[in-house]
Amino acid sequence: MKIHEHQAKEILRKFGVVTPRGIPCFSVDEAVAAAEELGGSIWVVKAQIHAGGRGKGGGVKLARSRDEVRALASEILGMQLVTHQTSAEGQKVRRLLIEEGADIRKEYYVAALTDRATQKVAMMASSEGGMDIEEVAHNTPEKIIKVFVDPATGLTDAQARELAAGIGVPEASIPQAIDTLQRLYACYMETDASLAEINPLILEGNGNIKALDAKFNFDANALFRHPEIVAYRDLDEEDPAEIEASKFDLAYISLDGNIGCLVNGAGLAMATMDTIKLFGAEPANFLDVGGGATTEKVTEAFKIMLRNPAVKGILVNIFGGIMKCDTIANGVVTAAREVKLAVPLVVRMKGTNEDLGKKILAESGLPIISADTMAEAAQKIVAAVA
Amino acid sequence: MSIYINKDTKVITQGITGKTGQFHTEKCQEYANGKNCFVAGVNPKKAGEAIFGIPIYGTVKEAAAQTGATVSVIYVPPAGAAAAIWEAVEADLDLAICITEGIPVRDMLEVRNRMKAKEAAGGKKTLLLGPNCPGLITPDEIKIGIMPGHIHRKGRIGVVSRSGTLTYEAVAQLTEIGLGQSSAVGIGGDPINGLKHIDVMQAFNDDPETDAVIMIGEIGGPDEAEAAQWCKTHMKKPVVGFIAGVTAPAGKRMGHAGALISGGADTADAKLAIMEECGFKVTRDPSEMGKLLKSLL
Repeated sequence: MKIHEHQAKEILRKFGVVTPRGIPCFSVDEAVAAAEELGGSIWVVKAQIHAGGRGKGGGVKLARSRDEVRALASEILGMQLVTHQTSAEGQKVRRLLIEEGADIRKEYYVAALTDRATQKVAMMASSEGGMDIEEVAHNTPEKIIKVFVDPATGLTDAQARELAAGIGVPEASIPQAIDTLQRLYACYMETDASLAEINPLILEGNGNIKALDAKFNFDANALFRHPEIVAYRDLDEEDPAEIEASKFDLAYISLDGNIGCLVNGAGLAMATMDTIKLFGAEPANFLDVGGGATTEKVTEAFKIMLRNPAVKGILVNIFGGIMKCDTIANGVVTAAREVKLAVPLVVRMKGTNEDLGKKILAESGLPIISADTMAEAAQKIVAAVA
Repeated sequence: MSIYINKDTKVITQGITGKTGQFHTEKCQEYANGKNCFVAGVNPKKAGEAIFGIPIYGTVKEAAAQTGATVSVIYVPPAGAAAAIWEAVEADLDLAICITEGIPVRDMLEVRNRMKAKEAAGGKKTLLLGPNCPGLITPDEIKIGIMPGHIHRKGRIGVVSRSGTLTYEAVAQLTEIGLGQSSAVGIGGDPINGLKHIDVMQAFNDDPETDAVIMIGEIGGPDEAEAAQWCKTHMKKPVVGFIAGVTAPAGKRMGHAGALISGGADTADAKLAIMEECGFKVTRDPSEMGKLLKSLL
């Protein structure tokens, strides 16, 4: 689960990491009032969307007067912000963060994430703050330093010092940098984050260390024990089809093609999408109905797929294990009738009660195209939508 | 022979009294020698009772001591699953198989590091399969997990995969063309897990009754590439490889917590290229896995 920058900073502050003072705002008037409340003579007006690259896209601007705050807030609030992480239409800006200005002497990058290979938390740091870290990793990998943390000890002083000194934090500011890194690690662990990134972490003119921007991602499996994180969820930032699907415990992801797929199991669902592409078309979605698909779930899955106007045909691929093919066949027939299916439907079923399932489909009177293998199913649906 | 388990393996079921545990324990008991293999259940609140004729004990340690079981299968719900794994490890079992889906990554991180610390201190090494996996099966001998038993057939081909239904797909293709399986292993789709492709490939390589292997992977993580690199110098048997997720977009979690492209090296294309370079026969058509393997024998 992703959250906004202002929420990420709120979490960091709870764990004792210093950030600039700032106030989230939902209207231009609120933005001006926030600037007044913060005081000072320079403010940053920052678009809050769940995507990176906001600065380059024109969503982060400096204001030197309250009039400028008003002008910039009016400009940014409501705009379609396009960044390298959004779709081509961009993401509508519905909230702003108004922040006090900072005296930036140097920008660093620090992050915590879980490393699969070592099965430890990797703490990463780089002297190249404020940049896209993937570019740094690609062009100058030697500028990224990593340490791997044993959960039994946590991030040790020595490890934190290695990172801080390694990215060139001046000696006088190293104790503060160590403290910040250890707090970031604690925050990562205690909130069950899957990514906690401060970019940039800045060194101010007076030698202080501050988190100027932050990005968090949380482990969906652990949200049950973090109501405080779930409360940060912003449905405006999520795909409505994915939200709808999650209500029925369906794993759904929108894609750009025109063939809807309904499959049981994530691996088989990806393999089915790949087979569609192999035979010359593109999948419209990833959809895993999971192990316990009921008629109701299958019907909802059909409705969600068909809400996408790009869908010109549907491919159902089920491997019946515990879930029996006849159960799924009944679900498909009921769903096809209920949604008055008007696009071609290819069904491939394999496994438990396969013959019974095929019989139900054949006797339904619906124009369902049957297939024996994934390849045959993909070829048939690609031909049907051509 | 087979890998990890056979008809003489004695199994403890942790979470035997839950809905999932009950359902699958019954199926496992019905399969081949299952009646003799599933010898104990664990539930501290129901110790002394029995279910399907299987006695329930208060702890894994007690169950192991009373029955001589060396393997456990875990259906405990996500919030308590990592603790259940640790209980199996503390009881010094040979193998713990965790079926549970949805365990917090931090819990797995902590239990894996405790397991490694125990081994480093000279304690017994317990292998972990999973979590979020279908389990493993040695056809006509024993099935531990949630896979449909009837699609399997005894034979000499090994199958290893992160995905449940994709494992079944490969098994069914093999069975259909007359090739049985020595063992089929689902290692699970989570980012922090126990046995990896490389471990299972080593076991298949050492198993005199496995002639060839189908290795199935997914986008995300370095595991398939590591296994392929190992196979390049050590594997004596032909391997067919498939990676799911050529069409998966970067940065989107495809169902499994593990199936997420994070860098450039963990895309399906990158993994397929490495596998091919390491001597695997790779296919981009998952319907062809069985036939391709037959052509190598």
